[in-house]
Formats: sequence, structure tokens, C-alpha cells
Amino acid sequence: MSAIAHREAASGGLWSRMSLGQKQVIWAWGFLAVPLIFYAVIRFWPTFQAFYLSITDWTITRPATFVGLENYKRLFADPLFWQVFRNTFMYLILGTPISLLISFVVAYYLDRVRFMHSFIRALYFLPFLTTAAAMAWVWRWFYQPVPIGVINDILSSFGIPQQPFLRSTSQALPAVLAPAVWAGLGFQIIIFLAGLRAIPVTYYEAARIDGLSEGAILRKITLPLLKPTLVFLVVFSSIGFLRIFDQVYNINTNDPGGPLNSTKPLVLMIYQTAFSSYEMGYAAAQTVVLFLILLVISLVQLRIMRDR
Amino acid sequence: MRFHHLLASAAIGFATLTASSAKAVEIEYWQYVFDTRVKAMNQLIAKFQEANPDIKVKQTTFPYADYQTKVAAAILAGQGPDVVQLFYGWTDNFIAGKMIRPLRAEAFPSTDIERDFFPIVSAMKRGNDYYGLPTAVRSLALFYNKKAFKDAGLDPNNPPKTLDELVTAAEKTTKRDSSGNIISAGMTLDMGGQDHQWWREVLIRQFGGVPYTENDTKVAYNGEAGLKALTFYTDLQKKHKVGQVGFMDEGQAAFRAGLAAMTIDGTFRLGSFNTIKGFEWGVVELPANAQGVRSNYASYFANAITTKAEGEKLAAAEKFLAYVSSPEAMKIWMEVVGELPARRAAALTPENIAHPVYGPFLKGLEYAHTTMFKDEAAQRQVTIDMTNRVLIGGEDPKTSLAKAAEAEQAIIDRAKR
Repeated sequence: MSAIAHREAASGGLWSRMSLGQKQVIWAWGFLAVPLIFYAVIRFWPTFQAFYLSITDWTITRPATFVGLENYKRLFADPLFWQVFRNTFMYLILGTPISLLISFVVAYYLDRVRFMHSFIRALYFLPFLTTAAAMAWVWRWFYQPVPIGVINDILSSFGIPQQPFLRSTSQALPAVLAPAVWAGLGFQIIIFLAGLRAIPVTYYEAARIDGLSEGAILRKITLPLLKPTLVFLVVFSSIGFLRIFDQVYNINTNDPGGPLNSTKPLVLMIYQTAFSSYEMGYAAAQTVVLFLILLVISLVQLRIMRDR
Repeated sequence: MRFHHLLASAAIGFATLTASSAKAVEIEYWQYVFDTRVKAMNQLIAKFQEANPDIKVKQTTFPYADYQTKVAAAILAGQGPDVVQLFYGWTDNFIAGKMIRPLRAEAFPSTDIERDFFPIVSAMKRGNDYYGLPTAVRSLALFYNKKAFKDAGLDPNNPPKTLDELVTAAEKTTKRDSSGNIISAGMTLDMGGQDHQWWREVLIRQFGGVPYTENDTKVAYNGEAGLKALTFYTDLQKKHKVGQVGFMDEGQAAFRAGLAAMTIDGTFRLGSFNTIKGFEWGVVELPANAQGVRSNYASYFANAITTKAEGEKLAAAEKFLAYVSSPEAMKIWMEVVGELPARRAAALTPENIAHPVYGPFLKGLEYAHTTMFKDEAAQRQVTIDMTNRVLIGGEDPKTSLAKAAEAEQAIIDRAKR
């Protein structure tokens, strides 16, 4: 807006009296304003709308009326919410460390491999490019009981009793998590590789001359210098696991988040409340809670992992 | 002279053209995209326009996903259809959102509707008003794999007629590997499919109860009948071991693949099962109980007039609705889509009843019930969870049933608000 106003004033002489530096600033802001306004309108405005909706009982077909904190009260009294809350954190607590550990180990050794390095790297990256929905469907068939489930076929050919996997309240969540971890590996490995390559070789050479063992080099040089990479990946993958949705939804479309809600994450509960039961107000309240959880976790992680 | 003639006729032509275009009322019809439904509707529209040259009907189709959201948004914005197709279970939502209007009793007298249509049409009635009429209806039946029956030494032309016979046939057709794992099921168990309707409207009634009372606003299955129905269902897996929830992912997939001898499904599955090449299948009415009591679940998409239609558009919409729910339209719909006519006279022709596939579905319509769902997906989920608690969690059926009744009542109560 200000850019336009200034340009209008140009004929009045204001524009010509400005220095080149001032003009550049105005031009820069003029261009920057476009994405900023766009972002504000499509991102921040709906966010504020969600806060407002969360204190109404809007159901699409019925007009919204103000209900105060009723939706929040209902949410905190709903056992399903607490189960979903636990599930969401299970995805986070299991998913983030496991995926980071695996991807670091792969990256660490892949970094030393020269033979077919790019090819192997591409293989690891491939799942990341695959649509989560397609992948979830393939894994859904892997987990089936005999005669069509690959995993159970292998188990029973060794005489091991077949496992229920997605039909068990205890095995389902890890079973859903596995493809999600696998899919994210490629991305994390690439980032780790970049981080490893960024560490100057001279440090390693000096350490080897001083006779440090490989383990000590890893602990004293590699890991500390990888910290910025690690912080980025931890925050990034945590947010990813807290927002997990498509894998869960697609691996069990007939009973999304089942059996008995044992795999249902918060995002899926929001989706069902909003677009299956049309309780928009209640869904907005859940969204606000998810937003606060994401905010707190990201801030805590950034604080803990900040350089002291 | 000739020039004058030409001019005059051109003028007359022009006048009639403008007159007719001013007279032609255009109304809009909305339904979701499904190839055969669209084709059938195009035929109906062509016939209707032929008979009513002063009315033009424009058909708009869109994907099924978010159907309600889209229709609601369009009508609230003053756009959208004059006549709309909706699932009977959404009627309350559409009325609450002031999206559809009651049919005028002068144009659609209730006595005529109740005389001519199958009784399930009452699901479109609120108070004394009907809010829509179906062209076609769907019901359930038992599909069975004739090859699996023959292989198990059963007569493929004598499918189970009672629940006991169903269990016996299922036991005989189940195949297991050496570790006891099912490799071909006798009966599919899939509450996420049509089994929840079978349990709710058929089994509970056959065990002497009713699923709901007070216009389906009070859950009534938390008793002996409900318990017996649930135990019968879960025993198929736990005691008789003739099926397994999740086997081949979905019941219909197991049947299609030839790895299940029997499955319960609806008329809407015919299109899919008609493409089966590997084996021959048959259809039979849902099994009766030992006393011969039968029941069925029927559902339908109805056509309703929206609040957007006013004045001459309303009159045109009424004519169109009357046509698409006429016997002629129902016949075309059945030929093109494969769904059963909603009028008794159009459905129960000797030819249809003798039909090996349509016959069993049609017989079911006579005694079918229609659940007045408040939130079908959520209510189905209650049934899925109830079964899972017994089959996975090892919970006692009685406790699980009580929990289900409570959860479903809460869903119904919330929708009433």
C-alpha cells in the first residue's frame, strides 16, 4: 500500500527528492508486500478465524452461536481426546529418535562409501518421493493375515504364529509408524550427509594425528559439529510426527485410526470431527489445542538445543 | 411479394422464438458423479424435456467427497440446484440448514405416496410433510460363491435359508492351513461394510428386539436381544472360526477374490461383482431365524426440491420431481443403474421377482427397515468398536454392548441439540 502511495506522490516531486537508497527500500518493500499480504490473508486470517470458531457451535448448516469455552470443556472431558493425545505423543516419542538414529547411522557410513555412492543415496531418497497414500496401501497389504500378507506368509513359513499387526491395539501403532519412518529416512539422510560434508576434513586429520579413536572422533568432533543439522532435523521431524495423518488414514480406511482408536492422531480426530460429523466449532477447538502443542514443543526444543 | 412473405414468416418465427425462450424455465439438477447414474439421468431429462418443452433441466455433477458441504455452501449462497439428490440419512441436516423444502401436499399427496411406495419412504417424512422421493432403493442380500459350495460338497442351488444353515454352510466352506490360519473364509466379517446394518436392523430384530425406539432417537439394543445378536456375530469368529475381521482387508475384496464363500452386501455391489470371472455366484434373501422371522436394511438417495426454487421454477421442479419418481423413470433407472424401483407396482412385477439376482433383493424390500441415522459414519464406528472390543480386546460382549449403546445415544443426543 505504502509503495503505491509513494509512487503516486512521485509526480509531486517527493519521489525525485528521494535518494537512490530510499527508492530501493521502497521498491523492495513493494515487492515483498505481495507475498506478505498473500500469506497474511491465506494463513493468519484463517488461523484467527479458527480461534473464533472454537468458541462457537458452527455446524455448516446451522448458524454459529457463541458457546464460550464449552468446546474446550467437552474436549478435556472426552476420553477419546486423551487417548488421541497419547497416540500423538507416541508417534513423536518413538518416531523422532528412531528415524534420526537410523538416518544418522546410514548417513555416517554412506559418507564413507565411494562405490555407487549416488545410486545408494538415490535408493534411500526414493521412498520420500512416493505418495504417502500409495505407500500406506502397499504396507496395508504387507500386514494382512495369510494368505495375502507378505510378512505373515514369511512368519508362518518359519512356523512362527502369524501376528495381527493392524488388527491389534498394541501392534497397530508401531506398524503404522514403520512406513512413516521409512518414508522420512531419505530426506534426513540427505540433510545429515550435507552436515557431515560441511565439517572441515582438517579437524579429522588433526584428530587422527593425535591418535584419537574413531569413537572419540564421533563423540568429540562429528556430533558437536553436527548440532545445527540435528536441531533442524529434530524440530522438523517432530512437527512431522505430531501432524501425522495420511499414513494413518490410508493404512486403515475402513476404520481410520483404529482398531479402537489405537492409532488415531490428533489431526485425524480433527478431520473426522470437521468433515465427517460437521462439528466445525469442536474441530476448531481441537485445532487450537494442536497449534498450542506444536508451538510449545518447538519452543522447548529450540531452547534445549540452543548453543550455550 | 415473396420478400414480404419471407419477412413476415421471419418475424413470426422470431416472435415465437423469443416467446418460447421467455417461457422456457431452466431448472438445475445436482447429483454426484457416478457413470451410470449420470447416464440414466440424462435419459430421464431428455424424455422429460420432450414431454415438457417449456422446461429445461440442467444437470450438474460433482465428486461424492464433501457432498453435503458443497450443496450447503451453494444453496446458502443463493446458487446451486432447484432439485437435488440426497442420501435419506442427511435429511435432518438439509432441513436444519434450510436447504430443502417440504413437498406441497397438493402436488404430492401423502396418501398416494404411502400407497404406492415401499414403506421405507417414511424416512423422508417429518411431521406430516414429505421432504423428498426416491427413484430407486437398495437392499441387502446374501451373496454366495457357487464354486466354493460345490467344492465343499454343498448344493450350489440350495443356499442357506436360516441363520443355523448359514453357520453350517460357513463351517463347511472354511479352509485352513496346517497352523489353523484361515486361508479361505466361510463368511466375511466386516462391520465397516454392510455388517453393521445387518446387525442393527436384522439380527437384533431376529433375536427378538428392536435397535431403537421413539423414531430412532433412543437406543434400545442394550438388552437380551442385542446381546444375543452381538454374540451370534462375534461367535462366527470366536467360536465357529468361519471368518475373521480384516481377512483380505475387506469383506467384499475377499468375496471378489474367491476367498470367501459368503458375504452380505447390497444392490450397489452388483456392478462390481458382475465383473467376477473366476467363479459363478448366487444371491439369496438374508437368512431367517429359526422362527422364520426375516428383516432387511434398505437405503436410498432421494430427490428433493431446494429452498432456492421459487415461483415458476418451483412449479417446474415439482413437475420434474414427479417425473423422476414415476414408474417409467424407475424402469429406466433399473435398466441403466441396476437399482430397484421405489414404487411397489414398478418393482414387484412377476418378471422382476423371478429374476435370479433382483428377486432376493426385492423380496427383502417388503420387510426392510431404514435406520434414521444422525451421523452414519460415527454410528457405524460405534458398531465397529463394539465388535473390536470383543474380538481384539477380549471384552465381555455384555460390557461392550453397554458401552456401544451409551456412545451411540450420546451421538444421537448431540445431533438433536
